[in-house]
Amino acid sequence: MKKVVEEKEAVSSTAGEDARFTTISGRPLARFYGPRDVAGLDYARDLGDPGQYPYTRGIHGTMYRGRTWTMRQFAGYGTAAQTNARFKYLLAHGGGGLSVAFDLPTLMGRDPDHPLSLGEVGKCGVAVSSLRDMETLFEGIPLDRVTTSMTINGPAAILLAFYVLVAERQGVGPETLAGTVQADILKEFIAQKEYIYPPRPSMRIVVDMIRFCTERMPRWNTISISGYHIREAGATAAQELAFTLRDGIEYVQWCVDAGMDVDSFAPRLSFFFNSHSDFFEEIAKFRAARRIWARTMRERFGAKNPRSWMLRFHTQTAGVSLTAQQPYNNVVRTALQALAGVLGGTQSLHTNSLDEALALPTEEAVTIALRTQQIIAHESGVANAADPLGGSWLVEKLTNEIEAEALEYFRRIDAMGGMVAAVERGFPQREVQESAFRFQQAVERKEKIIVGVNDFVMEERPHPILYIDESVGEEQVAGVRKLRAERDDVRLARALRELKVAARGTASLMPPILEASRAYATIGEMCDALREVFGEYEEEPVF
Amino acid sequence: MIPLMAEAAVRRPRVVIAKPGLDGHDRGAKVVARALRDAGMEVIYTGLRQSPEQIVAAAAQEDAEVIGLSILSGAHLPICRRVLELLRERGMGSVRVFVGGIIPSQDVAVLKELGVADVFLPGASTREVIRAIEGGSAGVA
Repeated sequence: MKKVVEEKEAVSSTAGEDARFTTISGRPLARFYGPRDVAGLDYARDLGDPGQYPYTRGIHGTMYRGRTWTMRQFAGYGTAAQTNARFKYLLAHGGGGLSVAFDLPTLMGRDPDHPLSLGEVGKCGVAVSSLRDMETLFEGIPLDRVTTSMTINGPAAILLAFYVLVAERQGVGPETLAGTVQADILKEFIAQKEYIYPPRPSMRIVVDMIRFCTERMPRWNTISISGYHIREAGATAAQELAFTLRDGIEYVQWCVDAGMDVDSFAPRLSFFFNSHSDFFEEIAKFRAARRIWARTMRERFGAKNPRSWMLRFHTQTAGVSLTAQQPYNNVVRTALQALAGVLGGTQSLHTNSLDEALALPTEEAVTIALRTQQIIAHESGVANAADPLGGSWLVEKLTNEIEAEALEYFRRIDAMGGMVAAVERGFPQREVQESAFRFQQAVERKEKIIVGVNDFVMEERPHPILYIDESVGEEQVAGVRKLRAERDDVRLARALRELKVAARGTASLMPPILEASRAYATIGEMCDALREVFGEYEEEPVF
Repeated sequence: MIPLMAEAAVRRPRVVIAKPGLDGHDRGAKVVARALRDAGMEVIYTGLRQSPEQIVAAAAQEDAEVIGLSILSGAHLPICRRVLELLRERGMGSVRVFVGGIIPSQDVAVLKELGVADVFLPGASTREVIRAIEGGSAGVA
């Protein structure tokens, strides 16, 4: 009897350092999991039913029976007119909401004729230089009925102002608008590097936006606290989880310190995670995220409104996992990653297209990506019951493990004085970069296999892709020059002056940004005004 | 007798790794930079948001024989054209330019015609990059 028990223990313990049996993050998996692995798990305390604190199993009692996740495909390329057409295409084919991808000049607060914008206009997303472009972008799209997520960070306050003004022209007030602005500047310092100003003034802008939305836009998600980009930059699943939630804690703390009541804004914070290749690790990550956030909001911040405890998130399948080789394999990768997101209880989902290792998606490719979600929703049956993998010994064990790793990172970052302090000393950046390097080594040693890249390789012909040429840039520059010639220069100059005055003080930046936007200031002009006051930030390169 | 042998030490390749334009995706650039350093090369990483002028100036200042550009934004043709122009103008034609990132296969030949020594597409390994740099081919004419 004793011998049998000992044997069982040996077999179910972690399988040593064999890299073949680790997740993509390097987490070792046991040969199998059993009741022993979840001893001490208390259903009411640690799980709850779906819709019950701590929401490990989902934030709603009905989950997808009540409402399917939003199929929100990220889109944007070329000019505002081209992207407007793609938006209409997606909405006509079953897309549930819009998600805007902007080009690099827009993301970085530069005009299309700035020297650094050479070759960049309209390539990674849609070129928006002023309110005029925003009007074209949403032409014929009713903003009282369509929800929009905007992936914008450094100039987020400006794009938010543009959206409010476009809606105003449609006769739709800000209180009606529903959507999200990403605005998560902390993850820019950690991963995506689309910051403009240094960390502290950047945080001030975020607080101004959260306060503005809390007062004027009750249906708007004020921020999308993101792990997607941190993961794409090379982080492990635990690092993605830890840094995202700790960024969230930082934003909550800054708003509370600015005098806001936590329950007034916490319900409208939202999150954005990656859905990567290791199926069970991702599901565990999503579940752990909900539990950690619920407990943090209730215990650390004393939030009383249950909606403050609920972590709502958007998911995107992992772009970094897509291969240029044998691109049709990417349809399979995306499907598995999308499935993990659904089994993890996401509120909203973007599926990548098969050609995205090399370009923005063609219409054909993005249609397959959208159909992937529709097939999961309507044919696979996985959405019929909430948290279908709840109670799985493996999934519950991984949920506990990844939660513990995240909490350990919280302790370390708290000890450094918080996330802004940690970012200033380069801590999360180094952690992410280290994980990226280790992963590359694992791939080159064939400890991690990427089908079609380091194994199962074959000769191929090039695949047709969406190609954006320099004519978009030329068109955009001509448009901006025309705009500059047509504006009321007096009104514009006054508006930019007011913006700098507000920036030097403590008043909210939103009213002067709205006024400057109305005066058709360009994004470059508004960001430059703020650059004069806040300065520009560039990281200390460490590799 | 002994100093003669010591004088024959091989000079380590000096490589500038640069992120031109507005793109901030630096995972690949940093992984390559570190791999090259681990392989014994002298690596200077310029950081983000560099203009072609800044990159060429850095290569001149650092006496680098190789420039590695990391471009994921689709801006590779205008940027590479400008970098190679500047190298020619400054008489730095022996500097070899490598490009890595997101480059449509149809543009690889165009880049090589412009004078780029080699292009590393998604899935390339750091070992390939090291081999190409150590291999030493002709620079910009």
